[in-house]
Amino acid sequence: MVEQLLHSLSRFLPETTLTVAVCLTVLVSLFGGRKSQATLFVALAGLALATWFSFEQIGTSESIFSGMVSVDPFSVFFKLLVGLSAILIVLFSLYSSEVQSTLHRAGEYSALLLMMTLGMFLMAGASSLLMMVLAIELTSLSSYILAGYTREASDSSEASLKYIIYGAVSTGVMLYGISILYGLTGATDFSGINRALTDESVNSVALLVSIIMILVGFGYKISAVPFHFWTPDVYEGAPITITAFLSVASKAAGFALMMRFFKVSFIDVNAIGLPAGVWTSLQGFEWHKIVAILSVLTMTLGNLVAVWQNNLKRLLAYSSIAHAGYMLMGVVVLSDKGLAAILIYFVVYLFMNLGAFYVVMLVANKTGSEDIDSYKGLGHRSPLVSVAMVIFFISLAGLPPTAGFIGKLFLFAALLDAKWVWLAVVGALNSVVSLYYYVRVVRNMFLRDPEGNAEPILFSTPQLAIVMLLLLPTLVFGLFYAPIVELANASVVMFGVR
Amino acid sequence: MELLGIGILTWITFLPIIGMVAVLIVPKENQSAVKWLPLAITGVQVVLAAMIFFNFDKGMTGINTLEGMQFVEKATWIDIKGVPWFGRIVVEYFMGIDGLSVSMVLLTALICFIAVIASWNIDKSLKGYMAMLLLLDTGMMGVFVALDFFLFYVFWEVMLLPMYFLIGVWGGPRREYAAIKFFLYTLLGSVLILLAIIALYFSVTVLDPSTGEKMYTFNMLAMMDPANFEPGSLLAGVGTQWRYIAYIALFIGFAIKVPIFPFHTWLPDAHVEAPTAISVILAGVLLKMGTYGILRISFPIFPDAANYFVVPLAILALINIVYGALCAMAQKDLKKLIAYSSVSHMGVVLLGMAAMNTQGMVGAVFQMFNHGTITAMLFLIVGVLYDRAHTREIDAFGGLAITMPKYTGIMTVAFFAALGLPGLSGFISEAFSFLGAFQTHRVITILSTSGIVLTAAYMLWALQRIFLGQPNEKWAGLPDINGRELSALVPLAVIVIVLGVYPGLMIDVLTSSLNHLVEVVKTGAPMALVP
Repeated sequence: MVEQLLHSLSRFLPETTLTVAVCLTVLVSLFGGRKSQATLFVALAGLALATWFSFEQIGTSESIFSGMVSVDPFSVFFKLLVGLSAILIVLFSLYSSEVQSTLHRAGEYSALLLMMTLGMFLMAGASSLLMMVLAIELTSLSSYILAGYTREASDSSEASLKYIIYGAVSTGVMLYGISILYGLTGATDFSGINRALTDESVNSVALLVSIIMILVGFGYKISAVPFHFWTPDVYEGAPITITAFLSVASKAAGFALMMRFFKVSFIDVNAIGLPAGVWTSLQGFEWHKIVAILSVLTMTLGNLVAVWQNNLKRLLAYSSIAHAGYMLMGVVVLSDKGLAAILIYFVVYLFMNLGAFYVVMLVANKTGSEDIDSYKGLGHRSPLVSVAMVIFFISLAGLPPTAGFIGKLFLFAALLDAKWVWLAVVGALNSVVSLYYYVRVVRNMFLRDPEGNAEPILFSTPQLAIVMLLLLPTLVFGLFYAPIVELANASVVMFGVR
Repeated sequence: MELLGIGILTWITFLPIIGMVAVLIVPKENQSAVKWLPLAITGVQVVLAAMIFFNFDKGMTGINTLEGMQFVEKATWIDIKGVPWFGRIVVEYFMGIDGLSVSMVLLTALICFIAVIASWNIDKSLKGYMAMLLLLDTGMMGVFVALDFFLFYVFWEVMLLPMYFLIGVWGGPRREYAAIKFFLYTLLGSVLILLAIIALYFSVTVLDPSTGEKMYTFNMLAMMDPANFEPGSLLAGVGTQWRYIAYIALFIGFAIKVPIFPFHTWLPDAHVEAPTAISVILAGVLLKMGTYGILRISFPIFPDAANYFVVPLAILALINIVYGALCAMAQKDLKKLIAYSSVSHMGVVLLGMAAMNTQGMVGAVFQMFNHGTITAMLFLIVGVLYDRAHTREIDAFGGLAITMPKYTGIMTVAFFAALGLPGLSGFISEAFSFLGAFQTHRVITILSTSGIVLTAAYMLWALQRIFLGQPNEKWAGLPDINGRELSALVPLAVIVIVLGVYPGLMIDVLTSSLNHLVEVVKTGAPMALVP
């Protein structure tokens, strides 16, 4: 027992590192100078170390803490993804005027950011219902506070409050669904649920109800329609760094948990006669059709509403809803191809979406506005950053030769391979709609003349370096995408499933 | 054929990118470098295109065989090793040309060179303009030389963004609307093409020559071989529902570019709002990509569907010809008139294609080339007039022949070429298209010929209103055409006249490939389906 526990702990190094880093930031902010960036650097170091330890876990595939957490290629992939985006967010924070103007509270900012990351690491690996709820709660509670971090702004507090209320309700519904599922199967770990469902058939209506309730929780986390209502307000109210983090890492963790939950719990492991990498669900339970509807609603509503947005943060919020919709298509197909496509999409999405948010942040630092109108003539005032923004947007719209195209390509490929032609067509048409609102911003930057102040906007070298850091992968992975595809192909392996 | 160890097709495709980088590096103040550099680059491109044209082996067929392709360059671009549930992914850097593409390569190089000359008078950030123009050049050239579907699609999409900026930043008063309309329309078409590409990808397998392992492929030539279709896959078989759907998806994607009625509404807006040189490129090269795509991809990969939908295609051609001509006749704006005349003339290309015989196809491809040169002239001519008078309203002019005699001369050549006067190139290609189509679609062709009369009517009427009659006092002081403008127009006029007198120069290059294409399309479909 003790040996097993010790072994588990040794496999828990990334999470432990993060916990230590949380304590350190608290101590540093207590005893260090009140107005220093020291805690941010501690957080950076902690995150780098945790990401490194996750990197070292590549290749392991086992279950630790008696089935509570899985350390497998799938969870390692998402830990790396979350870790990388957290590192980038801390780098952003070093140049964010919102964070820098409240340096006396940088300690809590860093500590909460680390806790949120810890929650996401756990979400990536959670393989039992209990761990799932705990991880979600840890992530959510930290993000509630961070969303309201700029106390001075009233919309920030509003965002935080909305976030809490929505979060509380959806977690409640999810817990209810979990309790029904537990009642039906008598198991809390995912593979136990799978075994129970394989052995005997359960009441299909009860199962359906419980799945829909659990989907509410996931839907909230990944902001799928109709559980998305918090997203625009929170994204608008929260500091841009946190918005960016929520839009990428939080979504990734939510997807990771959702994919693991569905794949491990509901896939018929004994099914025969299927091509490699294609699954079928237990007891003919077609939960993926619910996801298909969710996906269509999510991308269509996200894209159509984004067209009407004039605040760039809100626009990106709706665009991120739409992207969640695209990624949900990968869940629908019930195959490793679909799963790999989602992973590919997340790598790409990390760079392009963080890039877009970072440019918004830089511009807001200088102009004090996130309004689309304030981007008029930006192409003449700050050509380099504007060109970068165009490339991020083109990538988000999914046009070659950018990485965003590769993400879409593999999603559509998975769908067409599984003969979900109508869904692929809906997804493709949606990307046409999305182009329209991305181009609205591009139009303001290049086709319109600046209003009022037409002075050039200058950025410091490190700021531009971060832009380039995000821009290069966005372009290079568009033309040479073999590495990310191979990484994703290797990372779909979950512990306990063939 | 290689230069400095790099294939000539790579040179001709990526030279403009080098030029773009160079133009961006040059300081903004150095205006003459920003003017001369793109001219030099596109000039070299024309030389390369001429080298290709004169070294081209007219006897080789191409279309669906690797052996028949010329100047082939093949290298592995992306190689992702297979996993049990996802086969190996190989994307090739695969370029080559045959009789179908060689004329388009030449046309693209020529039109881009002329577009650069015509752009010298742009004053608003010329540097950005030239950079975008050169990027566009690469995209267009790439489309005509790519033989890997993935590569083709990347080039196809690379064009969109520069075109958006070129219309949107440097265009006329309604430029924003025209630019976004062009962008959205074309993207709509492209996503349909993308879906068809993916469906094809999962339906076609080839054996890896080295390991013997089965793998999916984006190779267009492999897709043209029915034996490579994996049994049970989405697009396997002949004349199945999914094959027809995929054909239609591809067709809509290409039809938007051509544009074929009812997808043509972006064209008048884009052509009218774009700056002169960009209108020249749009009409001269971009439209050809649609018909090129149908000939290169849709016909040989889906011969069954091509035969099945041949009558609807001919009917669309008829609509394009007659409707385009009628619309042109109703226009008051000279540029819009020419834009609609493009719709009509592209209809002739479609009719020639629908003929499904060598005469028709040769006529169609030759018409693609001729329309490229003639319409380029027409748009340049409108640009000349607009630069001086700042209006394009046909009725505002009159008697210009007195004030601008040289201009009148060159415009007459262009107009007569456009209406198909014998002795000029347009006549030959139209005649071939109609001759070919007459054998297959008698009634439709007879109805289509009314388009010739309508074309003559609107062209001559416009000519009369602008140049003849009482001179308008207002335009008495207009200077005649200048040297720079003439240097853009005269080469095109020479080509139009030479090809009109000696069409064999171009037709000989096309014939063997198109003969083979007709064969592929005819034999690819079971006899029962051929009407």
